[in-house]
Amino acid sequence: MNEQEARRAVEAAIGKVAPDVGPDDLEGGARLRQDLELDSLDFLRLVEVIAESTGVDIPEVDYPAVGTVDGLVRYLAGHG
Amino acid sequence: MPSLGADMEHGKVVEWLVKPGDYVHKGDLVAAVDTDKTVMDIESFQEGVVAEFLVDIGDTVDVGTPIARITATPAELPPPQPAPPLTSGTLSPDARSPLAAKEATPAHPGGPAGRPDEGGKASPPVRHLAHTLGVDVGRISGSGPGGEVTRADVERAAAASGTKAGPAPEAVAEVPPERAETRRVRSSPLARRLAAELGVNLQGIAGTGPGGAVTEDDVLSAVPPRGRSAKGPGAAKPAEAPSSEAPASDAEPAEAPPEALHEAVEEAPQRVKTAAGGKAESLRQAVGALMSRSKKEIPHYYLSTTLDLAAATAWMQAANQQRPVSSRLVPSALLLKATALAAKEAPDMNGFFTRGAFQPSGAVHLGVAVALRHGGLVAPALHDADTLTLDELMDQLRDLVSRARAGRLQRAEMADPTITVTNLGDLGVESVYGVIYPPQVAMVGFGKVLEQPWAHNGMLGIRHAAIATLSADHRVSDGLRGGRFLARIDELLQKPGEL
Repeated sequence: MNEQEARRAVEAAIGKVAPDVGPDDLEGGARLRQDLELDSLDFLRLVEVIAESTGVDIPEVDYPAVGTVDGLVRYLAGHG
Repeated sequence: MPSLGADMEHGKVVEWLVKPGDYVHKGDLVAAVDTDKTVMDIESFQEGVVAEFLVDIGDTVDVGTPIARITATPAELPPPQPAPPLTSGTLSPDARSPLAAKEATPAHPGGPAGRPDEGGKASPPVRHLAHTLGVDVGRISGSGPGGEVTRADVERAAAASGTKAGPAPEAVAEVPPERAETRRVRSSPLARRLAAELGVNLQGIAGTGPGGAVTEDDVLSAVPPRGRSAKGPGAAKPAEAPSSEAPASDAEPAEAPPEALHEAVEEAPQRVKTAAGGKAESLRQAVGALMSRSKKEIPHYYLSTTLDLAAATAWMQAANQQRPVSSRLVPSALLLKATALAAKEAPDMNGFFTRGAFQPSGAVHLGVAVALRHGGLVAPALHDADTLTLDELMDQLRDLVSRARAGRLQRAEMADPTITVTNLGDLGVESVYGVIYPPQVAMVGFGKVLEQPWAHNGMLGIRHAAIATLSADHRVSDGLRGGRFLARIDELLQKPGEL
């Protein structure tokens, strides 16, 4: 999966988990917890949605690497 | 209108989940009610047939107001004859059936257990007899022990209503004359509301709905076309109301329905948006009022301790490695379960303080504070949280949080929590000193799970840890008990496999 596809997948997944997060909020540096206000359950759901849509299963040990929108995009691009 | 929380004064019916003629059991969901906080489904306290709605969709009424009349047998249904539209002033209080009056009893926060069980007013064989004889048990005042309706009571009531002669026992509430004579127009709540808004008299309209009921369509047809188009072009958006509310728009897809209809029909789909957006302000006020009350009435004391989460974190990470993402656990699940178990052992922390006295609760209904995305919070309950396995708790937690955010909770979930947990650590703070939700007597707060330097056996190491806090009610407990409760949570977390 290239970076553009990964970003689309991430944006779609966040849109599904937190429908109120606007496209403007989704800048690359945005932190999922602090900036987008996803809590641990939202985050789990996000990981789940991404696994469904891209087939990439992010194990718990890799959670620190996917704390931002960009981090998530890079992770998907690297593993998809 | 049942009370859906200690702070609730009124509610707005936004959707009927049943219709007149439906048979409902005790506990069946009958309506969706919008409070200042959220939209909740409320259940019937009665078994019987829905005879009529006493309030319309969109009406806001005080807690305790009857919103529907439920009769015990189909025979009690009002005759489908035309009459002036029913308004709240039409019926004198005693004209309402006792069932409706009972429906009105505000649910005590103690939940159904705190009330005498209406279902137990007559034994099943007696109820069966009553049903056979066409007698409404709810209308009979029982002469048995504890007011229980006996076989003799039922037979007397049946004889009285059958012969209509002789001195009918006072207990048998006959249909009041004013009611029997009232020629009602059968109509849907939506049609009534629409008619009121358009200034149409329902009496002049021939109904085309089931049983000759006047529908929204009929009301619309009764309005002169000119009046309709003058009402404005509100219908650009397709009205996507669910099920029975939809026909009005289906029938006239090309026509612009009047604003009133548009508004009414849009009501239900708007719910979620309203709950998320315009709701924020009233929710803010409701939370503010409740918290002010808490701080005024409850002498809080506060304790904190640092939980050693090394074992819990290691156990959870190992467990999650074996699991697909859909069944992974989050630290909150372990913290909640440990709290529920500790609360079960600490009656001073778990229950309600009402009318000057504390009633401990045998069950642990763990309130979980859920932050809503547009501000404000609700704290619905995980019922019997101490008895759930971690997986069950996790499933229910996810379900509860998503429904809380979608604005779709049930009455019991809002009214039942016996102790509440706030887990702000999820969003980064290290500790949180909560404000107790009246009438509860304790609030547990969890901060962020962090790696911390930890001295143990003369060695310094690094462990996962989190700060747990307790806000508790000094009228019920003091620091010693509170401290023991917090320590017990920590102790339980040292054996995560047993949670």
